[in-house]
Amino acid sequence: MSSDDPEDKWWRGPWAEGASWRLRRARYPLFVAFVLTLVLGLRAGMPFVAFGGFVLVLLAALVPARSRVERLAARHRNRGGADEVAAAQRAVLAAIAEPAFLLDDTCAVVEANAAASALFGPVARGAHLSARIRSPGVLDMVREAVAERRTGTIEHSDRVPSERWYQVHIAPLDEAAEDAGRFLLTFQDITEARRMDRMRSDFVANASHELRTPLASMTGFIETLQGPAKEDTAARERFLAIMLEQAERMGRLVEDLMSLSRLELRAHVAPSDRIALVGLIEHVCDALRPQAEELGVALAFTPASEEAVVLGDRDELIQVFQNLVENACKYGQSGERVEVSIAGPADGSDTPEGMVDVAVRDYGPGIPAEHVPRLTERFYRVDVETSRAKKGTGLGLAIVKHILTRHRARLIVRSRLGEGSVFLVRFKRA
Amino acid sequence: MPQSHTVASFDEELQYLVRRIAEMGGVAERIVADSVAALVNGDTDMAQRVIAEDAELDRAEREIDERAVVVIAKRQPMASDLREIIGSIRIASDLERVGDLGKNIGKRVIAVQAMTQPKKLVRGLEHLSELALTQLKEVLDAYSSRSHEVADAIRERDEEIDAIYTSLFRELLTYMMEDPRNITACTHLLFCAKNIERIGDHATNIAETVYYMATGSQLPAERPKEDETHSVGATSL
Repeated sequence: MSSDDPEDKWWRGPWAEGASWRLRRARYPLFVAFVLTLVLGLRAGMPFVAFGGFVLVLLAALVPARSRVERLAARHRNRGGADEVAAAQRAVLAAIAEPAFLLDDTCAVVEANAAASALFGPVARGAHLSARIRSPGVLDMVREAVAERRTGTIEHSDRVPSERWYQVHIAPLDEAAEDAGRFLLTFQDITEARRMDRMRSDFVANASHELRTPLASMTGFIETLQGPAKEDTAARERFLAIMLEQAERMGRLVEDLMSLSRLELRAHVAPSDRIALVGLIEHVCDALRPQAEELGVALAFTPASEEAVVLGDRDELIQVFQNLVENACKYGQSGERVEVSIAGPADGSDTPEGMVDVAVRDYGPGIPAEHVPRLTERFYRVDVETSRAKKGTGLGLAIVKHILTRHRARLIVRSRLGEGSVFLVRFKRA
Repeated sequence: MPQSHTVASFDEELQYLVRRIAEMGGVAERIVADSVAALVNGDTDMAQRVIAEDAELDRAEREIDERAVVVIAKRQPMASDLREIIGSIRIASDLERVGDLGKNIGKRVIAVQAMTQPKKLVRGLEHLSELALTQLKEVLDAYSSRSHEVADAIRERDEEIDAIYTSLFRELLTYMMEDPRNITACTHLLFCAKNIERIGDHATNIAETVYYMATGSQLPAERPKEDETHSVGATSL
């Protein structure tokens, strides 16, 4: 929409519109007349007569019927009003916090507000809705609602990159409005409510599966203590120690499952705090050093040559590096050292421009290649016995992956058997 | 398309193709997501729905083909218009294949639902399908916006999908060796994993077609693979 008034340009007025319409309608007679002119002018040697005849035909085609001029003029006057209506619609749309589209009666997008552009990507005006929303359920609902000029509601879920649910609603604008035949399509985010429901069922499913083993072993020991080993003091001491260990394991599992569920609840909101990685990782290393020394592992930290700031959530990032460094110390214990380093493109690493890498390197036995792509799955363990012995829950890397997905960061794992592994986290610089 | 044609109905015909491809994409995405969900939950009703839905894709592909041929015959398109039409034929056939693979998973759900599958396997399949779905979504978004920059990310993820598939393959073999009674279910699951992996390949094909449509040249040959390097998890940047 240009801002200048169309009335003051003669070539845009109703007369010009009428003329071009008439010319288009009369294009075949005009063409015949033109050919006749050529034939008469060139063959019959009457160029002036022929040309004069053609001009007459042209003028006849251009003279508009009175009624049509009036109709065109009226339509032109209305368009000024329509502009105002469109501006008002745009303003209302922009004020809606939820993603919203204004559609016309062919399902083409007339207008999209900022929230819609942010969620579905920018959409060209006049493009069909399916350019942005492919969900067959939503499209069918929209088509039906538009055809019958009625309201419609459907629930829609996106599975990737993180699961989200929407209540999608369409309603026709008021019939009496200047610009009837428009529809408002809105998306209400109901992810949080859905996640809460799911969290409960997921928690029960995971917990019941994983808690069964330690629970069964505890029950067994209790039964033994009640029966055959009732008076055996030595056995009682030993059994109680094992039971305590199992109870602790169950506690850790519940703790990890809870934090995983909490993370999933927020997975679709990107974090926005500015975090300086150097200080944060120094803090993590200092906190874990006693634990590393106990395992006989030397923990070293090399900061980057330049400041590394990323957008993130402090507590969650601490958890990521805690898990990674802890894993490196536990499973790479035989290598006796763990190196943590931050590097950007300036440090001569293969980090792409605009990124910053945090690497946790151990010199342990390494991870067989077939396990590497699946490390971040819940309860996936390379070696169940070792993991149990090291007090792992099988959830550490799943938690890391969830946090990093929320941070739009990548986890890259490089491992060579017998030489050790590198867990590399690649962030976008803030 | 930024410019419009003098003949407005030509634009309409091209728009029709674009719209139908997007709709097909939506249906294909739903088939893949639902078939894997049906497999994971052992939901035979959902599997039946998936099988029925595939017919829609077959019909859409035939319609797109016919329309595309008519447009070529009638308008004799050149350059980007021609690429647009050829691209839509190719993408339609890829999406139709995706639908077939999804339908095949749906059929297998009915076969394996009697047996309980180990949780670990099912998680692996879910992980695999999550990646394949992300691929599909990204290429379809790239098609809508005609952006050719996704190609690299897509190829990278394709390697990841292959790696997970290999890992699942080994795991399934182990289960079969442990107990011959597992063989029927495991073979079905193996084919399901293979189907999902193939869906990823079709997504890569579509990415190549989108690149061709946007630039007019073919994607450069594959980059050399980095040995023993795997990236896991997380989203593209």
